[in-house]
This record gives sequence, C-alpha cells and structure tokens, in this order.
Amino acid sequence: MDFTLNDEQMMFAETARTLFADSCSPDHWHRMMEADAAWDEARWAAIVDTGLTAMLLPESAGGLGLSEVDFALIAREAGYAALPEPLVESAGVAAPLLAALAPDHPALGDPMATIAIAHPLNPVVAHADRAAAILLEKDGEAFVATPDRVTLTPAPGIDPLRRLFRVDWDAADATALGGKNNGADWALALDRAALFNAAMGLGLAQRAVDLAVDYAKERQQFGKPIGSYQAVKHHLATAQVAIEFARPVVMAAAADIGRRDVHSRARVSHAKIVALEAADNAARASIQVHGAMGYSWEVDVHLFLKRALALSQSWGTPAFHRARIAERLFTQAAGPDQLFARDQKERETENA
Amino acid sequence: MNLSYTPEQQAFRAEVRDWLARHVPAEPLEHFDATRAGFEAHRQWENTLKSGDWGMVTWPVEYGGRGLDLIQWLIFEEEYYRAGAPGRVNQNGIFLLGPTLIEFGTHEQKQRFLPPMASGEEIWAQAWSEPQAGSDLAGVRATATRDGHDYILNGHKIWSSRAVFADWAFGLFRAPGSERHKGMSLIFFPLDAPGVTVNPIRKINGHVGFAEIFLENVRVPAFNRLGEEGQGWHICMATAGFERGLMLRSPARYQVAAAKLAALWQERKADADPMLEAEVIRAHMNAEAYALSIYQTASRLMAGAKIGPEASTNKIFWSELDIHLHRTALSILGPVAELLPPPGAQDWLDDYIFALAGPIYAGSNEIQRNIIAERMLGLPR
Repeated sequence: MDFTLNDEQMMFAETARTLFADSCSPDHWHRMMEADAAWDEARWAAIVDTGLTAMLLPESAGGLGLSEVDFALIAREAGYAALPEPLVESAGVAAPLLAALAPDHPALGDPMATIAIAHPLNPVVAHADRAAAILLEKDGEAFVATPDRVTLTPAPGIDPLRRLFRVDWDAADATALGGKNNGADWALALDRAALFNAAMGLGLAQRAVDLAVDYAKERQQFGKPIGSYQAVKHHLATAQVAIEFARPVVMAAAADIGRRDVHSRARVSHAKIVALEAADNAARASIQVHGAMGYSWEVDVHLFLKRALALSQSWGTPAFHRARIAERLFTQAAGPDQLFARDQKERETENA
Repeated sequence: MNLSYTPEQQAFRAEVRDWLARHVPAEPLEHFDATRAGFEAHRQWENTLKSGDWGMVTWPVEYGGRGLDLIQWLIFEEEYYRAGAPGRVNQNGIFLLGPTLIEFGTHEQKQRFLPPMASGEEIWAQAWSEPQAGSDLAGVRATATRDGHDYILNGHKIWSSRAVFADWAFGLFRAPGSERHKGMSLIFFPLDAPGVTVNPIRKINGHVGFAEIFLENVRVPAFNRLGEEGQGWHICMATAGFERGLMLRSPARYQVAAAKLAALWQERKADADPMLEAEVIRAHMNAEAYALSIYQTASRLMAGAKIGPEASTNKIFWSELDIHLHRTALSILGPVAELLPPPGAQDWLDDYIFALAGPIYAGSNEIQRNIIAERMLGLPR
C-alpha cells in the first residue's frame, strides 16, 4: 500500500508544467483568441518532442509504455494551462485504442498526427478536422476513417480555444477494426477519457483558484487587499477543499483503472464527478472574487469556466457516472474494508 | 503508487478482526458522557483493549503501544468501526495529547503518562477553550504562576469534553502579565485536585456532553508542563495538527455510516423521495474521498513528510460530510425521524445532533478556512 508518486513521475509532470507555462501562457491564449485560432503548431511540435504523445503507447509501437497514473499527471497540467490542443483525447484515449486494434495504422507512424475519437458519450469531437484518423463506434464495433471520408459539421461552442465538430459517417466509408472480441475496448477508452477529463479538471480548478488568489492579493478595496477579507478567503478555501478531496480520488482511479471491475469503474466515475465539480465551483468562485473584471473577456477566468462546463458533460454526464457508482454501492459489499476491493470473479472472466 | 495491501497487512487485518470478534461487547455500552456507569464501562473496555495490546497501536512498544505504522493504524481503525466496537472514551488522551507527548515530552513524562493513557487507567479531558477564548485561543486568561517546583493554576475553562468523569485534563495557561501567543505553557492537572470544580453542561440533545472547569489555586508540579515554559502555543498548534490532520476522525467512522446509509436507503426507498438516492451516493463518495485522502496523507507521512496547513481541509471535509450523511438519513426516515427513542437500531437522530458540533469544535470551520486561505493559498491576514 503506497499512495506516493515516484521521482520520475514528478519530474515528468514538472517537465510538462514548464513546457505549458512557456508555450501556453496567457499571452498565447490572447494571441490565439485575437487570431481566432485554436491550434498552435509550434506548441504541438514541442509536446510531441517531449514525448507526451507517446506515453501510453506500448514500447513495441515506439511508445514509452507508461501508465495512466503518469498520464493523469500530464492531463492535470494540460488543464492548468487550458491547453487548446487535444493531447488528452488523442494521446490519452484514441491513440492507445488504435494501437491496440491496428498497430500498423499510418496515423500511428506520424508522430505529429492526432487521432480523434467519436462516441455516443462524446458527441462533439474537438479538432476532428485536423485529425489524421477518427475512431468511430457503432454497436460496440470500432471503425476508423480519415476526416475526408466522414461528414464533419462545425458545432461552434463557447470555449474559444477548442474547435468542435459533429461527425456523421457511413460504415461503408470507414475501415472496420473489429468488435469487442477483437479488442475493440470501448469500456477502457471510456474509463480513460473520464479519468483524464477528471485529471484535467484538477488542473482547471487549481488554475481558477490561483488566478483568484493573485488578483485578491493585488486588488484593493476599503484600503486593503480584498484577499484579507474573510468572505473572499472563504470562497477560495472552499474551492481548495474540493480540490484536495478530488485529487486522491483521481490518483486512486488512475492507479486501479487496469483492474476493469465494478470497483475500478466506480472510482473512475467518482473522480470524474468530483474533479469537474471542483473545477466548476472553483471557476465560479474565481469569477466572483474577480468581481466585474471576472465577468469580462479580458480576464482569463472564463476559459476555465467554459472548459469545466464542457468536460463535465462529455464522456458521461454526472448522472451516467453516478449510476456506475450506484451499481457498485448497491450490489457489492460496503464498508471500510472495501475501499480497495477487487472483483476477483470479474477479473478471472476477463482474463479467460 | 500501489493500492494493494501487502500479505503482512492482510494478515494484520485478519488478526485485528479475529480479536475484535472475540472481545467486542455484544450489547452496546451506555454512552460515556451519559452516566458514570457508562463512563466506567468504557474505561473497562479500554482496559480490555490494552490486554490485547490494542490500546494505541502506533505508539512505541515501551510506552504501551505496538510501534505500528499509519497504514496499520488505518487498518486497525477500519476493523474497529466495522466491528461496532465502543467509542474511545480516552480519545482526547490517545489521539490528541498522546502523539504530542511522544513528540515533545521527556522520557520521564512519557513513562509517567503514556502507559496509563493507553490502558484507560487515566482518562483525559481537553481544556482548550475559555469563556473569552474560543476561536481566538490566544486570548486565554487562565494563569500558571511559578512557585518553586510547582505551578499555581487559576482560571475558568469551558466546553471541556469528557471533563465530567475524566481523571486528568490538559490546557493552556499563561505566565501572569504575558500577552497573546507568548508566555503560554501546556500544563496537565488532575481533575480531582484541590481547587478544581467541574460543572456539567447539557448539550442540545439534553445529554451531558461537556463541562466547565474552575481552577482556584490548583497546585501542580512543573513536571506536568509539556515542553519548555512559554512554548505552549507552538505545542498546542502541533496537537491541533494531529487533531485536524489525521487522528481525531478516522475515515472508517464515515465509511461505516455511509454503508449503513446505503442499507437504510435500500430498505426504505419505496417510501422515500427518489431524489435522495443521489445524496446516498454522495455520502458514499464523500466517505471514500476522505478515506483515500487519509491513505494519501499516511503514505506521505511514512515517507517523511510533516502535516501542514492542509490538515485544516480535513477538518472541514469530515465535519461537512458527517452532517450531510446524517441529514440524508433523517430525510429517508421522513416523518418518524424526530421520534424518541429512534426507530431501528441505528440512532441517526443523535448522530446527526452530534455531527452538528463538528464544524464548531477542534477549531471552527471559519477558522480552518482562514488557515487554508492564509497558509495554503497565501492570502494576506
């Protein structure tokens, strides 16, 4: 039983933090919004160079063969920077699924390529237009297509740093990759997507709090920084408490995601719900602390509000995830000795 | 990260479970704050625990413990609550003062006070607050006047849990003329010493829950001072860190309550508001989140870290989840929730009333939010 991160994990997260701090700063956001852009090619090249897109790919596919714990730490940093590019969707969810189904697919051979993933629980797909391949789901089967073989309809959203599309497609125009028996593991894709969305939520939440803290130290009213008033302090302390009690759930969900049982699924769902609630609450507290400034486009807090709104509903609404927790709570033994429970039978079935 | 118990940890759990199955009283004991008989029954239980060396598993062996680590402590607590074992009447001693004594006490003090604490032979009350010093604890007025090898204590302490029946109390006393955080010492005194008067105070449920203590020229040896003279505030903050950070409310307490709430829901959902299911699930999530956080903290501490201001987040989280959980149970019970004696084996109503104290004691949640804002987030005072 060890809940600590190792030095390599912390160093990798630190590398990502530095990369995003340098390449995805408020200045970068502002320039992109002025140019109506949602992609920065130089930044994406740096992300690829650093190896972040290869973390979850097996070593046999030229990847780093790292774990969901490692990648969750990177996803958190991506959230902290409100990263526009689909690092998490592509490298955290789609690429590992494609690598499992079609290891020789050309999209995996191009390190700069992104892979998009459409699913009933992810009905609007970010940056689908730039993807080298789009993974598609139909009745549990997996298909892959290039963007020119499907119909992409822009679905404009309120987040200025993401480009969203609806994807309409015909199975005749896509390549079938097989069903569940051939490894089309949509359950794992869903768990990874929900988990990494949760990890991004932790980053979104912390950035929203940090922005408000910086502002509350500077902004003076009644002759004092507003951050010295308890009403302001308590908003931000409450937001921080929510982060503190979402983080260990996210990390535990990441550590046990590979168990693939009713317990690990419930924990992923728990993480998804609370981390994005923390993000949403932190963003709203941050806007309140910023006052009218927080309601303006000029101050960046709105980016975090919008991203939290998007992520909290994609890859399973809170109701969807609550039902997965209910399945565990109401069908399995409950109590303190069940915190790290494993479903032995289910694992044996899956291994067989 | 590795969230699996080792074979040794699993064997330890089995050992605890087996011992508790053979020793936990079949019938619940009368509450330790209700009557002298209830209090003494709990003292007897502490003695039974000690007979199995389960008094305080994390303490060093030489002072009556087992020298176990924090993960083992969590496993012990999980089994303890799971078995429905009696409440720890000496929690002010074993969970709050004990760890502080181990950190700040001399060898002689540890030898004197820890073994009878672990066995329940001496049961402790806390004497933090005064009528004019609640959230502003640095405002204590009680004095300790040095007289040779002794101190003469004078003052008025209040809201002292367990003080009605306990044997000893610890509190902050200041050197006459000293101000605020300076000049305070943490001093122990027997509650039956000449000059000590204890008056019980009734809680909102009508039961005696705590007491006020008047001290009039109470003479205690300087041996009863923990740490250096004038260092009381520093030591007290360390105690408060343990209290809020880890030991006062072990997660198992809430995990057991959340499991019972889930059972209550399944039993009564046909007659209850369907929207309450989301609250039942929320209570379970809260209890698990608190447990995971404490496992994380335990791992960090075992790797050499110290408890910091994040301890304040724990206190807010458990106190709020406790109220939410019990309020949900009362909503499920509906119109019979208010009835006495309570319907069913579980006293959700009394546990709810107890939960309402959570945001007040051990430093009000308003103070905890100030600590988080100032020491974690760096906002100005």
